[in-house]
Amino acid sequence: MIRKRLSKVYERIAPWLFLSPMLGLTIFAWILPVILTVYLSFTDLSLKNFLAFIRDFFTDQVRFTLENFQRMFAGGDPYLATVLQVTALYVGSVLVFNAFFSLIMSISIAYFIRNEAISTALRILWLLPRIMPPVVYALLWHWFIDPDYGLLNKLLASVGIPQSLLPSSWLLDPPYSQLLMIMINGYVGASFGMIIYTAAIKSIPSDILNAAYVDGASEFQVARRIIIPMLKWPMLFVVSWQTLSLLASYEYILAVWGAGGGSEGVGIARAANVMVWSLYSYTKAFNDYQYGYASAISLMLVFIGVALIYLYFKIFGFRRLMEPSKVLER
Amino acid sequence: MRRRTFDIAAKYIVVLVTAVIPLIPVVAMFLWLFMQSVSGRVILSLIPAELTLDNWRFLWSPVQAGLKEYPNIWPVAFNSLLLALTVAGIVVFVSTMGGYSLSRMDFRGRSALMQFIIALHAFPSIILLIALFILLNAVGLYGKGYVTLLGIALIKAGLEIPMATWIIKGFFDAIPWDVERAAFVDGAGRWRTWRSVILPQILPGIGAVSIFSFLAGWSEFVMVYTFIKDEAYYTLSILIYYLIGEFKYIDWGLLAAMGLFYTIPTIIFFGTSQRLLLKIYVGGVKR
Repeated sequence: MIRKRLSKVYERIAPWLFLSPMLGLTIFAWILPVILTVYLSFTDLSLKNFLAFIRDFFTDQVRFTLENFQRMFAGGDPYLATVLQVTALYVGSVLVFNAFFSLIMSISIAYFIRNEAISTALRILWLLPRIMPPVVYALLWHWFIDPDYGLLNKLLASVGIPQSLLPSSWLLDPPYSQLLMIMINGYVGASFGMIIYTAAIKSIPSDILNAAYVDGASEFQVARRIIIPMLKWPMLFVVSWQTLSLLASYEYILAVWGAGGGSEGVGIARAANVMVWSLYSYTKAFNDYQYGYASAISLMLVFIGVALIYLYFKIFGFRRLMEPSKVLER
Repeated sequence: MRRRTFDIAAKYIVVLVTAVIPLIPVVAMFLWLFMQSVSGRVILSLIPAELTLDNWRFLWSPVQAGLKEYPNIWPVAFNSLLLALTVAGIVVFVSTMGGYSLSRMDFRGRSALMQFIIALHAFPSIILLIALFILLNAVGLYGKGYVTLLGIALIKAGLEIPMATWIIKGFFDAIPWDVERAAFVDGAGRWRTWRSVILPQILPGIGAVSIFSFLAGWSEFVMVYTFIKDEAYYTLSILIYYLIGEFKYIDWGLLAAMGLFYTIPTIIFFGTSQRLLLKIYVGGVKR
């Protein structure tokens, strides 16, 4: 009797026992940090009261304040306008590359090219930027754009672009540095679209395509009139998912340009005008030690993130979020 | 008929312009990495000349830049390995347990939890870095050498776990219920069933998740760069990052050799289990 009851209790708690390591780590790595970000953005935590705060979370050396938000919204930080512009340029341009360019690229790879080996080889080559360690990827670009030693300027000159249009430094001369930022992230991001789209194209039933051939359609027409319309859900998925991850991602910019513009003056992101919103938050925290203000800047991204994810669930529903690359009739 | 020819031509032009020509930089970069690592200089950026092993000197002696001597590569490589293995170990352990529970057990809040995991997966974790920094400080995991590396491993694992759990759950879902029921009928408990009946069947999933999280830990840059200040606990990504600043324009050969050294595990793993990893990428791409 007791044994039976015990086993019943066990059946009830067993799922949670199995889940407990996951829940614990999730709280440690996600939930506490989110709460802390909210809390910190209402404080004036900086280098001067940092140690006191670490020793005692409720020390009175750390004040509750709204200054961070005043500074952000009421023009207390004039540079923020530039940051916003750069971010818009960054997210917008990389998004076009990742969602639309990679759509056509995927159709090329998964539909126009029938040879399985060539198709796989191309797919692997496109994946390389994503799987490389970011630091090595940054090294490769450092070499590639080097005006004397690298290949980029030579390639451009060989297709007839006059020397006067080429920058002396791709890293530092603003319109070029921003173009570089877009390329560096675009190559990584293009494979995201490619993975989703190629899987989706492969899942299109061949009957549909065959019917079109029987009606005399060429492959080019099939791609334009059948495949692209069928990929509208995967496209929407790629656009929305990438919007959020691009807004928050600065890893590659940090790896190439450094944090920069702060007291240590190690990085050149600000001089190169590639300071995006998330990197600015990073710089404020780890170069200028203004943890409170930096958290407030991050908090905007947390808000946007939560709002967008809520929106995704509304638009896609659970099932489509799970299987973005399935072409489902609706 | 003319229209046909035009369409075929258009098709190949599209293939070339969108899928092949943009790959030139990527291919060139990789060729350069290999060529430059074994040569003193490269002709036309890509053809090796003056073959030498001098670029690989970091394998037997510490790298020097002026008066500064950078740490020896082997302890640094060991740190990277340690970080990657710890991340992989934690992720595999936690995600197999969680994935099993989500796939096989019925409890209140199960579907809510699954939605929460997907939401976490979509949420870009990197913006929480400041709070994580404070948190590490507060729990005493900051500035303490290997303990800090452990802290980074815990966070990194925590961030990988939503995706990993989801993938493992998919593998569990694919096992027929009957197999499990048979074990129950034979008198095995949950734990016993899990260990000796289920686990062997999801080994491919575990393999995929462990390779994936190993590579994530191996490549980790931002957190190590931000949290590790003591040279003794550098990982390869940070060492190479600082050396790029030091040797750019001066010694591309050294940088290429180090970069290649650092990338070898990635290339090996990706080469051997490319199919498996692609599957994961489809199921859970992060960025």
